[in-house]
Amino acid sequence: MSNQAAAPTSPEKKEFWRWQENTWVDESRDWRDAKILTCGIDVGSVSSQAVLVADGELYGYNSMRTGNNSPDSARNALQGVMDKCGMALEDIHFVVGTGYGRVNVPFAHKAITEIACHARGANYMGGNQVRTILDMGGQDCKAIHCDERGKVTNFLMNDKCAAGTGRGMEVISDLMQIPIGELGPRSFDVREEPEAVSSICVVFAKSEALALLKAGYTKNMVIAAYCQAMAERVVSLLERIGVEEGFFITGGIAKNPGVVKRIEKLLGIQALDTQIDSQIAGALGAALFGHTLMMKQGAAKAA
Amino acid sequence: MIANYGYKDGSGEYYISIDTDQCIDCAAGRACLGACPKQMFEIITDDYDDEVACIKEANRRTLAFDCADCKPAAGHDSLPCTDACTPGAVRHSW
Ligand code: SF4
Ligand code: SF4
Repeated sequence: MSNQAAAPTSPEKKEFWRWQENTWVDESRDWRDAKILTCGIDVGSVSSQAVLVADGELYGYNSMRTGNNSPDSARNALQGVMDKCGMALEDIHFVVGTGYGRVNVPFAHKAITEIACHARGANYMGGNQVRTILDMGGQDCKAIHCDERGKVTNFLMNDKCAAGTGRGMEVISDLMQIPIGELGPRSFDVREEPEAVSSICVVFAKSEALALLKAGYTKNMVIAAYCQAMAERVVSLLERIGVEEGFFITGGIAKNPGVVKRIEKLLGIQALDTQIDSQIAGALGAALFGHTLMMKQGAAKAA
Repeated sequence: MIANYGYKDGSGEYYISIDTDQCIDCAAGRACLGACPKQMFEIITDDYDDEVACIKEANRRTLAFDCADCKPAAGHDSLPCTDACTPGAVRHSW
């Protein structure tokens, strides 16, 4: 028997903010049957997505956390979905890069802004009745109006601070030590709706949340107060350009009912529903732009 | 398209809106470019392949500061950019 003492192991640090990475392909189809295969890569500050579109229809995607640099994040996101369906980069006819790192996607044929791509993606996901889009991204927020073809008619972007964004929600998740996916449901588990926190600045969030806990707030109340503040902030952004019926929310926060329901209440309208992951809207729009460009070039792959 | 550049912070809302449909066949000879003393305007090819004016990336988060010298508080009653853009494509929110 060894006398050597076992090395002390530090307790594993839980990453409450870590959201679900996701890969999906449409098993009912075979991409080899498609005449045109296009790809959209959205490299955001927090997450990266690769979306495959076969003959103008969503075929597959991969959504993951952005790594240390944009080129690797783009490659990894695409590799994840290609591995799942046995595809190689050479099989794809056109790649469009979008998002914050769009000009650093080494294999992209074109870069298009996330504003145009989100509108196009939302038009596909929510149908041609979509007119107002709120994108709550990792570190910015966008309010967009589009026409029935998903073409942008009005936009506004706030990227000056991370308040009201996915990053802000990650900070709260870690602070409360509650998995990010549980924040929304837990925000409704309160006896009465608390007032919004006065500042959702991620820099002040910690001290304000701790002060509220000290003042007797439960964790759920703090989360509710933060969700309400986020909702109020993005609604003020939306009101700048006005909200038209056909309201659609994209980005990771669209998955947080604690924020979405409060936005709907403040606006007095319901967001359109979709079965597609809200986080892929930008990359999906990019892939659809690629499809349109290929169609214009008349370069359909021979069957 | 109406493109809004700027931000909202604790002190107010600072947005410059450009109606880019007016820029496509600009009737003012791209006068915004030369009129702005801070050279904040530039012409870009947008996502729909139109050549339009926009506010440079470097100025989008500092508009309140950048435009201060042209505003009424600095003794002016009109702005060089809105005066120069005779089609009326440029608007300020403050
Ligand atoms: S902003 Fe006005 S002056 Fe400048 S390009 Fe557009 S229409 Fe012309
Ligand atoms: S107000 Fe002055 S500094 Fe600001 S955009 Fe107009 S011309 Fe340029």
